[in-house]
Amino acid sequence: MLNEERTILVCHGTGCISGSSEKIYTLLEEDLERLRGREKIRLKRTGCHGFCQQGPIVVLEPEGIFYSRVGPEDTKEIIAAALQGQVVERLLYHDPVTEKKIVSYGEIPFYSKQERIILRNCGRIDPEEIEDYVGAGGYRALARVLKKMTPEQVIAEVKRSGLRGLGGAGFPAGRKWEACYRAPGGEKYVICNGDEGDPGAFQDRSVMEGDPHAVLEGMIIAGYAIGAGKGYIYVRAEYPLAVKRLQTAIDQARRQGFLGENILGSAFSFELEIFQGAGAFVCGESTALVSSLEGYRGLPRPLPRPRTSEAGLWNKPTLLNNVKTFASIPQIILHGADWFAGRGTEKCKGTAVFSLTGKVANCGLIEVPMGTSLRKIIYEIGGGIPEGKALKAVQTGGPSGGCLPAGMLDLPVDFDSLAAAGSMMGSGGMVVVDEDTCMVDLARYFLDFTQRESCGQCIPCRLGTKQMFAILDDITKGAGRPGDIELLSELGEMIAKSSLCGLGKTAPNPVLTTIRYFREEYAAHINERRCPAGVCQM
Amino acid sequence: MDEELAFVRDILPYYEQSRKAVIPILQEVQSGLGYLPERALGEIARYLRIPASHVYSVASFYAQFRLQPLGRKRIAVCRGTACHVRGAPGILKAIEEATGLKEGETSPDLEYTLETVACIGCCALAPCVRVNKDVFGEMTREKAKDLVAEVGEEDRDVE
Repeated sequence: MLNEERTILVCHGTGCISGSSEKIYTLLEEDLERLRGREKIRLKRTGCHGFCQQGPIVVLEPEGIFYSRVGPEDTKEIIAAALQGQVVERLLYHDPVTEKKIVSYGEIPFYSKQERIILRNCGRIDPEEIEDYVGAGGYRALARVLKKMTPEQVIAEVKRSGLRGLGGAGFPAGRKWEACYRAPGGEKYVICNGDEGDPGAFQDRSVMEGDPHAVLEGMIIAGYAIGAGKGYIYVRAEYPLAVKRLQTAIDQARRQGFLGENILGSAFSFELEIFQGAGAFVCGESTALVSSLEGYRGLPRPLPRPRTSEAGLWNKPTLLNNVKTFASIPQIILHGADWFAGRGTEKCKGTAVFSLTGKVANCGLIEVPMGTSLRKIIYEIGGGIPEGKALKAVQTGGPSGGCLPAGMLDLPVDFDSLAAAGSMMGSGGMVVVDEDTCMVDLARYFLDFTQRESCGQCIPCRLGTKQMFAILDDITKGAGRPGDIELLSELGEMIAKSSLCGLGKTAPNPVLTTIRYFREEYAAHINERRCPAGVCQM
Repeated sequence: MDEELAFVRDILPYYEQSRKAVIPILQEVQSGLGYLPERALGEIARYLRIPASHVYSVASFYAQFRLQPLGRKRIAVCRGTACHVRGAPGILKAIEEATGLKEGETSPDLEYTLETVACIGCCALAPCVRVNKDVFGEMTREKAKDLVAEVGEEDRDVE
């Protein structure tokens, strides 16, 4: 076994770095040197493994030995054991459900029940080495597209795959690409939306940090398909590591001829630039993001207006897709539309990535086929609710989404079924709450967020969300009045109908769904001055 | 103040004289000076040949920008959803008590700033607190108090 190419992977996602994985890497390097193991074992920094809660994570390949919660004091033992082909028992992952120690990656339920397309390279390759990405099949899709496919064929393939925009709205990606391609004008743009502003979601960050070249490759292919020469990656400035790794990836891709003039000897030229978003939730809205790139306040543009695909950045046709949408593209090209469309449900193809957090045993980043039930996600992958507590609700879609009650656990998770239940996919946040969470307080929390983030342009959103927040604040302080529930519902429906952009239209969702599914909790606060979960001080 | 202005004048020539440069310029000025002094906004407006009111409108719109100086130690409590349901409000309260500051305040000696952020993106380690660039996960009220004490003894560089 010792003769095989062995590698120690040290997770360098933001979560693990906060657990001092940089120090662990340095110590492993020193120990390896000291024990003369440099030729036998390779050390590698990787992006996020997704299981952030168990971090810092160290994995030994090819066996897939998975060490969790590694500390700087453990490095000597890890190296000594690795050199002798042994395993450090005490660092193995401890399954909270079966109470057993699990040796390898593939056997941990958190991983084995997932299906990873978008996250396939996260945690496996060094995001700062283009050779690693190329070694994992990277840029082969780009080469195929440039040598063997016309833009029309690329668009047809994306359309046929059924890929829907993974930023939240789920608009069919192929149709958007086609609209951009058909839009007249020689100057066009591709923009990647990495402005993940939803509190409680971090999947876009993990993809940008863990597999930046996949995002680049998807964008370059998109540029070729729609006929754009320039692209922008719009990333939150609060994600400094993502910015750094994307910049490194852009520089490397340019040096290797995947970006710039006459890519891979073809007639196609494409440039990419990073733009750091300065922090505004509303910039997730396409027209607001475009305003921001142009140097304005991030204000959404009122209707009627042309679609961004016809008149976007500097009024030129602009293709705007989410990080995960672009990261899916190379796989669709490589394996074909049918392969991709073989996953998921009738109307929602492929996979969805969720940030599974809150009161669940295994927190982290997960990827499952569209249509997987909430029950499977929470109980099989997430390991259930810790401390023997009862699940109360699942919040999906962040501040634009809603809360679904425990009775809806068999709901298949995809764009359409979530929307029908009053919630939404959003950017993929999934927060599990147990009996200790007060649903009125949670609704108040989300409204506090949206009313702060309202851009202030239209009255229903600016004043409406503020009024809803004030009513919720009163209820949680024991000053609720009879009729408040009806008033909240009426206000919420009005705001959803009359707001200018998606932020306002979806802002009432957390309140409307908690009223729909947990009305009795509101009633207890108002009529009995009692918080059933014991959260609100009244 | 003049040093601040000199800093702004030094970096401006590296940018295109176009409105789209306004956010990147503001970001570099803030990263160099820690905040955006009023005179810097005027200087940027002159360079870009756009009204100062426009530069101000952008600087006041985005959460990243600060018009007042920040403390050397910036403590940011994450108020993301995962952090909220795992007790972020209690963490904020504990840090408010330990520092004597309210959310959004900076101590008069410019030693500390206490702020909240929408989400750091370390949700699996909730609740989280960030001090300057370092993230601390799985906080409790006790750990938060210890962290403030620890931070008080260290000399961290401002970003």
